[in-house]
Amino acid sequence: MKKTFKLEDLDCANCAAAMERGIAALEGVNSATVNFMAMKLILDADDAKFDEILKAAQKVADKYDTTIVR
Amino acid sequence: MSKKLKKRLYRIIAAAILFVVGMLIKNENIHAAALIAAYVIVGYDVVLKAAKNIKRGKVFDENFLMMVATFGAFGLGDFDEAAAVMLFYQIGELFQAYAVGQSRKSISDLMDIRPDYANIKRDDGSIETVDPEEVAVDDVIVIKAGERVPLDGVILEGHSSLDTSSLTGESAPRDAAEGDAIMSGCINISGLLTVRVTKEYGESTVSKVLDLVENASSKKSTSENFISKFAKYYTPTVVISAVILSIVPPLLISVFGDTGMSFLQLFPNWFKRSLTFLVISCPCALVISIPLSFFGGIGGAAKRGILVKGSNYLEAMAQVDTIVFDKTGTLTKGVFAVESSHPAEGVTEARLIEAAAFAECYSTHPIALSLRKAYGGDVDQSRVSDVTEIAGKGLSAKVDGRLIYAGNKKLMEQIGVTCPDGAEYGTMVYVAEGDRYLGQILINDVVKEDSAKAIKELKSAGIKRTVMLTGDNKAAGEKVGSALGLDEIHTQLLPGDKVELVEKLLESKDEKSRLAFVGDGINDAPVLARADVGIAMGGLGSDAAIEAADIVIMTDEPSKITTAIRIAKKTLGIAKQNTVFALSVKIGVMILGALDKANMWAAVFADVGVAMIAIINSLRALNTKKM
Repeated sequence: MKKTFKLEDLDCANCAAAMERGIAALEGVNSATVNFMAMKLILDADDAKFDEILKAAQKVADKYDTTIVR
Repeated sequence: MSKKLKKRLYRIIAAAILFVVGMLIKNENIHAAALIAAYVIVGYDVVLKAAKNIKRGKVFDENFLMMVATFGAFGLGDFDEAAAVMLFYQIGELFQAYAVGQSRKSISDLMDIRPDYANIKRDDGSIETVDPEEVAVDDVIVIKAGERVPLDGVILEGHSSLDTSSLTGESAPRDAAEGDAIMSGCINISGLLTVRVTKEYGESTVSKVLDLVENASSKKSTSENFISKFAKYYTPTVVISAVILSIVPPLLISVFGDTGMSFLQLFPNWFKRSLTFLVISCPCALVISIPLSFFGGIGGAAKRGILVKGSNYLEAMAQVDTIVFDKTGTLTKGVFAVESSHPAEGVTEARLIEAAAFAECYSTHPIALSLRKAYGGDVDQSRVSDVTEIAGKGLSAKVDGRLIYAGNKKLMEQIGVTCPDGAEYGTMVYVAEGDRYLGQILINDVVKEDSAKAIKELKSAGIKRTVMLTGDNKAAGEKVGSALGLDEIHTQLLPGDKVELVEKLLESKDEKSRLAFVGDGINDAPVLARADVGIAMGGLGSDAAIEAADIVIMTDEPSKITTAIRIAKKTLGIAKQNTVFALSVKIGVMILGALDKANMWAAVFADVGVAMIAIINSLRALNTKKM
């Protein structure tokens, strides 16, 4: 399932890049793209565990003080 | 400026005042106190964030590195430097946040084609304002003058001019009347329109365009991929080098050198040198400015009615040196029209066209439509009777009681009328009245006004090879092709042949260069997919084109291809400038720092100063007005 989320407080480009790597490395994630300019996260992950994965992604985002808006 | 940014600005101003005052005061204690106060005011959040991130297990972040660098300076007794570095770092960060905010805003303004509401007309005639997403297919909506068309539909009632500039970049308004299809995202300039919705919001033009532009950056260019890989290794590398720089040289000198100094005596100087490394260790300038350039380029192209589906396609576009055109619908309008008429002696042109238009008045064939269009006036069908089709040849009809024949040469031969040979291309309609030859009318697919100009401009934009493909016969294809000035013309091709030919061209071209195929996206999807860059023309309203192509040109102008190439080249140029500039300044300052020739001030410039300059430079990509 591929979903797009808005990101809040995404202030630094390097953080966006690091966050993208972090989320993409999570288990069950097929692909993750953080669009720094549009402040969006495009997450493609396993359907069955999508909610769990999203929670894990938020944990990664927490490191950069960024909120994934559902 | 947002509240958050303003607060940061006030803190910087307060700290700057304290800093200047501190620098002016000679008394050592007051001097130090003022500088520490300035540091705390401007840098407390950096230190807090660093502490928080260490707890979360995230070392090597820029806050941590700034903290280490400035604490190191304090430790060495360089109060001025510690406060100044933090101050300038924060000024740079503030500027970055502001610039990013501004460019985000200018891009979202650019893409501000999202309709806010739709006026839905209920069965009882009442009108209700709802979210466009709530409108279903076949609902009837009302669009008042000045409002944005919220969903794609067909006009049931009313006529108006539509401003399509936000979709196509065209400033001239388009007329729309009953029965016409209209696209969401346009603005209704004048009249009141009642429209039957043909597509849900999610499927309508406006959402497709927005989706496309916003998601374009998920397809990254090689330079973006390079930067994000680079960033991953850059910071750890620089930090490790800093550690090595502060320990290894003093150790070596103290053991093997002849200065007679111990490691502890040498260490402070080398430690100071290593601090410059820490300040430069954030790859921010690169990480932000490259995607920003591409985002700007894609946004700027969208402003001109050129949709680019990904940074990688913009990058490929800059490397295109071969462009293959499909003829019909790309270089020509794909619409038949009377190109010229050749009346027989003693017959006026008007008489010839009138006879043909009336004879063909019941036909819906494109040829008949073009004849009636050339006639211009109303074709009164009551003047026509006894229309007889003559299969494979044409037809005969009585117009004002006189027998008119209109058809091909075989028809003339059948009725025994002698006539001169026509041209070898296009469709020739021969007309006779009884047994008298009236003349011939040449009907052809019309070449677009700016096709010739477009081919010429492509040459000046660095395109080496222009190729035209067409299913037309040799004479027709070559006439159009050579008139437009294409380098190669391939005629009489079946759709399958086109793919084969493009594959051959792909093999024969330079490895580094790219091949673009331009089609109308309707029946050349396989070729569009096969080319390095597939460009679809006249994307406005054609879903097939938007789906199949990598770049969609919303208008019908082939000259926009040159615009796209120029935008691509400019964007790539900016990205390259930023990469080279940022890397060379950073590496330069690191070398100078290691040699003790650059202090932390220079390092701050290499960090935030370079980022600022790179951001300003990348914003140039947004400006595509004169391209």
